[in-house]
Amino acid sequence: MSDLNAQMVEKYRNSFLKEVEANVEEGEWVKMCMQCGVCSGSCPLGPYWEHPPQEIFMMIRAGKREEVLKSESMWMCTSCYNCIVRCPRGLPITHIMHGLAHYAERLGLAPKQNPTRRFALMFWDNIAKHGRVNETVLSIKLYFMDGFSAGIKRALEMLPVGLGMLKAKRFNPWGLFFHKGCKGKRDIQKILAKAREIELAKAAKFGG
Amino acid sequence: MSDVKIGAYICKGCGLGDRLDTAALAKIAEREGKAAFAKEHDFLCSEAGVAMIREDIEKEGVNRVVIAACSRRAKTDAFAFDGDGVAVSRANLREGVIWARPDTEEARETTQEMAEDYVRMACAEVRYMTPPQPNPEAQTNRRILVVGGGVSGMTAALEAAKAGYEVTIVEKSGALGGWAAKLHRRVPDHAPYADPQETGVEAMIQSVEADPRIEVVLNARITRTSGAPGRFSADITTESGQTRTENFGAIIQASGFIPYDASKLPELGYGKTPDVVTQLELEELVRQAGGGPVKRPSDGKEVRSVVFVQCAGQRSDKEGHLPYCSGFCCTASIKQAMYFKDQNPDIDTTILYTDLRTPGYLEDFYRSGQRKGVIFTKGVASEVKPANGGGAVVHFKDLILDEDVQVEADLVVLATGMIPNSGVDIEKPEKREGQSDEDYQKALEEARVRMGLNPGEESVLNLQYRQGPDLPKLRYGFADSHFICFPYETRRTGIYATGPVRRPMDITQAMEDAVGATLKAIQALENAGKGRAAHPRVGDLSYPSFRRDGCTQCKRCTVECPFGAIDEDEERYPVFNESRCRRCGTCMGACPVRVISFENYSVDTVGQQIKAVDIPDEFSEKPRILVLACENDAYPALDMAAQNGIHYSPFVRIVPVRCLGSVNTIWVTDALNSGYDGVILMGCQKGENYQCHFVKGSEMAHYRMGKIGDSLEQLQLEVERVQTYEVAITDIERAPRLINEMEQLIEKIGMSPFKF
Ligand code: SF4
Ligand code: SF4
Ligand code: SF4
Ligand code: SF4
Repeated sequence: MSDLNAQMVEKYRNSFLKEVEANVEEGEWVKMCMQCGVCSGSCPLGPYWEHPPQEIFMMIRAGKREEVLKSESMWMCTSCYNCIVRCPRGLPITHIMHGLAHYAERLGLAPKQNPTRRFALMFWDNIAKHGRVNETVLSIKLYFMDGFSAGIKRALEMLPVGLGMLKAKRFNPWGLFFHKGCKGKRDIQKILAKAREIELAKAAKFGG
Repeated sequence: MSDVKIGAYICKGCGLGDRLDTAALAKIAEREGKAAFAKEHDFLCSEAGVAMIREDIEKEGVNRVVIAACSRRAKTDAFAFDGDGVAVSRANLREGVIWARPDTEEARETTQEMAEDYVRMACAEVRYMTPPQPNPEAQTNRRILVVGGGVSGMTAALEAAKAGYEVTIVEKSGALGGWAAKLHRRVPDHAPYADPQETGVEAMIQSVEADPRIEVVLNARITRTSGAPGRFSADITTESGQTRTENFGAIIQASGFIPYDASKLPELGYGKTPDVVTQLELEELVRQAGGGPVKRPSDGKEVRSVVFVQCAGQRSDKEGHLPYCSGFCCTASIKQAMYFKDQNPDIDTTILYTDLRTPGYLEDFYRSGQRKGVIFTKGVASEVKPANGGGAVVHFKDLILDEDVQVEADLVVLATGMIPNSGVDIEKPEKREGQSDEDYQKALEEARVRMGLNPGEESVLNLQYRQGPDLPKLRYGFADSHFICFPYETRRTGIYATGPVRRPMDITQAMEDAVGATLKAIQALENAGKGRAAHPRVGDLSYPSFRRDGCTQCKRCTVECPFGAIDEDEERYPVFNESRCRRCGTCMGACPVRVISFENYSVDTVGQQIKAVDIPDEFSEKPRILVLACENDAYPALDMAAQNGIHYSPFVRIVPVRCLGSVNTIWVTDALNSGYDGVILMGCQKGENYQCHFVKGSEMAHYRMGKIGDSLEQLQLEVERVQTYEVAITDIERAPRLINEMEQLIEKIGMSPFKF
């Protein structure tokens, strides 16, 4: 358990809701859910979630801290915004889902093997390094994230698509070796570092 | 009838002139209808047309007017000649004939025959009508009796006083204000609907006490009520036993509610620990705290956590529970949770609900509760147990997370409901001689549903009506009102129930409700003063009377009048209290010797119409179907069907009736005897969810028609020839279909053998 995590448990023993409000993006909306279930019914991935959004909100209010933060559920969100559009109470559900996932990751509670989580981290490293995504590297890393043979298999499966993209000049194999990144690469890195600093300070404030 | 002079006016407008031979109709009115004269007019409802009729009334002495034009429901203002010695009858040639028939060559003959019959019928009807005179016994009394001094009663009194009427409030307790006076705050009634607000009861009591038009009698009950709208007489008896008698024009019953007895809920911990309280008891705790932290009753510890259990003993089929939703308690719990949150946001407040009911703008109040951090949990409490060291543990099933859980709280508040305080069950079943045990049990069960948990021990009004001392109840003990069409109208004219005695409601709703009831009471007493019906036949001057020497004292009319308008005198003859009467005619339909009639609506006015129809012989292939249609729903439905271009059989002759309850079986048997091939009765929905304007009229008709089989058998006629249907005003496709089905049926079983 990370330090931050331990602090949170200590501080918000009875009120996970307050913890969420303080630390999760748009978390202050969770209390406004009226449990109508429209979000869960609207989510294209709803049937595959262990706890669809409505349930997650109820669990937060019921103080089920571990269960929520360790859940794979919010990692399932594909940002389709169906739920936001439909929620009669106007909850920014998509953002809350990502906020929760992010918070769980920060606390080190997020499920390690969750593919969305792994892809998200990969994507972050990739873009944070150059200020611009290197698609070639990103896809190769993605294909090979479960080991070499699985990677080869996936690459072969995708070969026709890859060739098609190559032909249409949508795929640059040279990217493997050269990637320019964006102009103010250094500045971007500075900005991100600063943002992280602020975020940690804020978390520390609530945690400490 | 020597002075009857009929003028018949046949309109040629609206396509009538093109589709019908109006000259022939005029001839029929004169020759067969015995009209003094018949005139055609191109546009009868125009100024010129109306002026022509007026002139005939004034100069020619016409006192019976037949308007052969559109439906009686159209152009009522133009053709309002009745009163002042003139009676009007309308032959419905537009909606009833040309619009109900296709405009084709082959339909022409039967369409014309239809129109001719309607002209004959209108002439026959008007001949037997007497222009109604206002009742000579009419009295005006501009004083209103309000029974109950709670929020509903006080609102009613203040509103009536503002409108210039005198009021007497009779309150059984020693103070005005009722339950609302016991509240710390109330649920808000205006924007932004965010916080609990002052109850305003104190101010209201002050206005009542300061109003010179309002008299308040505390510690008093009504020990006798008699009379009728405009001339009610009530005995007001105070606790000390003193009685005075006062007269009133109308009565508003605002007798309120009795809080549900929470000791019936031991499973929810009530009575097992003082830390389980009802909402009303919490109000008291909060008042005691006087703005400071609320203390736990068991040990005086400051309350840090509260759980509200919604629907405690409500919305449940369990014995001793209320089957209905009391409607106010969800928002009351939100308000009470705010008492805590506003005092200290760190107090945990959880509202355990299955469906949160926050009608109207109170949805904003719900949001405000959420914003303040009240936790709403969808779940059902199964058990509440005292906790070790004070407080209680609530066991419940979380319905979203689908698991059984428990929470501990310093205080548990039960949202219990309202039981109407509506007096005794006037239909209390007594075991009758010859009644089977099974039937008696059924009657008892019905009474249980009718009265719910209403104790029914003490009468509120002590009415000296034949039908019993209080208002009738329909379900769960609430004073019956016409839920669908006329929510204020009880079955006792001039007596209006308002507030939670009528249905469960909160303060805002009760205040609105009381305004409505007050306006109704004013309407009733003003109309009574003019000898006119207040409702639903507003302004009707006619009222029933009976021929004493023919009456057999069978009491059917007294029993069957849905409104308790008829009493009995010492000789057991009926006494009609005209201002209680709604003019439905159910008594007229009930009377086996047919001695009851209205001036303008009687066994004859309808019977003669039925007789006036031309019945072609058996071999003509032109059957005749009589429809007796309720003028409130079925008749408009048929009019609207025609307006929508829906056609129906040309062999039908439709007679509107005030209520199906006014149908005397003699009309049906006479019709069959004189050669009609089929008879259809169309009335409103009956039973528990009745839509009948006169509550029981349609039910009575169905009951009576259920017995007509014997007469049909005697005539050796097929029972299918008489059909009774429930028809709603929206049945514009079904009503014509029912007629057409009868035509098909007759085709199948053959024409009546009774054609002469
Ligand atoms: S935005 Fe996310 S949570 Fe919302 S419906 Fe789409 S996938 Fe589901
Ligand atoms: S749609 Fe909105 S209010 Fe309804 S359950 Fe989902 S988040 Fe709650
Ligand atoms: S208002 Fe709410 S608590 Fe009261 S009975 Fe209805 S649903 Fe239950
Ligand atoms: S007309 Fe109706 S209300 Fe009037 S006395 Fe007859 S049955 Fe009663």
